[in-house]
Amino acid sequence: MAETRRTCPPAEAAPRTGLRHVEHVMGTVFSFDIRDPRTPAVTGALRAAVGWLHHVDALFSTYRPESAISRLACDATTLDREPEVVATVLRLCEEAERRTRGCFTAHPGGRLDPSGLVKGWAVEGATRILRDAGVRNVCVNGGGDIQLTGEAAPGRPWRVGIADPCRPGQVLTTVEGRDLAVATSGTAERGHHIIDPRTGAPATGLLSATVTGPHLTWADVYATAAVVLGTAARQWISGIDGYRLVAVAQDGVVPGLPPGG
Amino acid sequence: MRRAAVTAFSTVAGVVMLLSFKPHHSDSPAATAPSATGGTGSPSASASTGGSRTGSYTGSVINTRYGPVQVEATLKGGRLTAVKVLRVPSENSRDQEIARDAVPRLTQEALHAQSAQIDAVSGATYTSDGYVRSLQSALDRAHG
Repeated sequence: MAETRRTCPPAEAAPRTGLRHVEHVMGTVFSFDIRDPRTPAVTGALRAAVGWLHHVDALFSTYRPESAISRLACDATTLDREPEVVATVLRLCEEAERRTRGCFTAHPGGRLDPSGLVKGWAVEGATRILRDAGVRNVCVNGGGDIQLTGEAAPGRPWRVGIADPCRPGQVLTTVEGRDLAVATSGTAERGHHIIDPRTGAPATGLLSATVTGPHLTWADVYATAAVVLGTAARQWISGIDGYRLVAVAQDGVVPGLPPGG
Repeated sequence: MRRAAVTAFSTVAGVVMLLSFKPHHSDSPAATAPSATGGTGSPSASASTGGSRTGSYTGSVINTRYGPVQVEATLKGGRLTAVKVLRVPSENSRDQEIARDAVPRLTQEALHAQSAQIDAVSGATYTSDGYVRSLQSALDRAHG
């Protein structure tokens, strides 16, 4: 075998693997965990994905009076004068209201507020930006709602812990998957912040609902609707192809998990 | 009193996760705190090395309303193996008791997530404050 001369050791020749980033935006925190070799293309895609989140915040924040949503809510603008994604999100909200039979709403208290759908949708969009740039293995976590792509390591799927709403800092159970979305809604952290749009009363049926499935937009919507539906959610989600539910009842009992597990 | 005690508990627990671990020794890259402001659109400020670090990292002293808190985290191959409490609030005995209770429990929880090889944590929508207390924050820091 011919002797080959190396100008530098192979460990330095190969790009380092893995890139993590934490971004505070949209009133919460987004964590990016990329497990691909760190190339300029990957770094650039991460920058674009983060830019996308800020773009979404500028359009959809209900806390910014200049956002498209705030101006639409007070009739200071019209849909046709705003970027097309605004109409896209409002159409998705209408579909979410239909699919959940009114358990999800983009008009809580009568005012336009698509926040319940926007975060999951934004994470999906950020993931798409990364995938389109060639990123194969990435986990994007937006305030506890997660879209997974590829694997955590060669041959090892991603493993996601589901936070225990009764014991802060502890994990209730784990789910594994390659291309999978995991969304959790609940009443634990912020108190009863989910209102049943059908009655106007706080939803009290479940402490927490985690929905897994292919798309985070829908997993997130279904998780919110599951909290509203309460114990009836299990049967409802079982009728939706590709989506599954892990729910924690008000008494802390998780149907389908062994006690204390 | 009881209400204050509960607040102290969660504050101490939160602070432990809040600490930015800085290395004792110069050959380890410094852990960077997440960008608190956002808005720049550039991830480069807090994008960090993905290497597997080993060593002890001492957190900054954080002044809470209950007094200064400081912890030290030990990483082995990028994995959190121990959390040692260096300073806890000591203004009164009740706070000390709370801190002693809170910190070891939190240590166990963080280690549990590490040993289970969890890559991410899904939880009910959290605010930035909630993130600081979350296991996801611990994971980001341990591997960041």
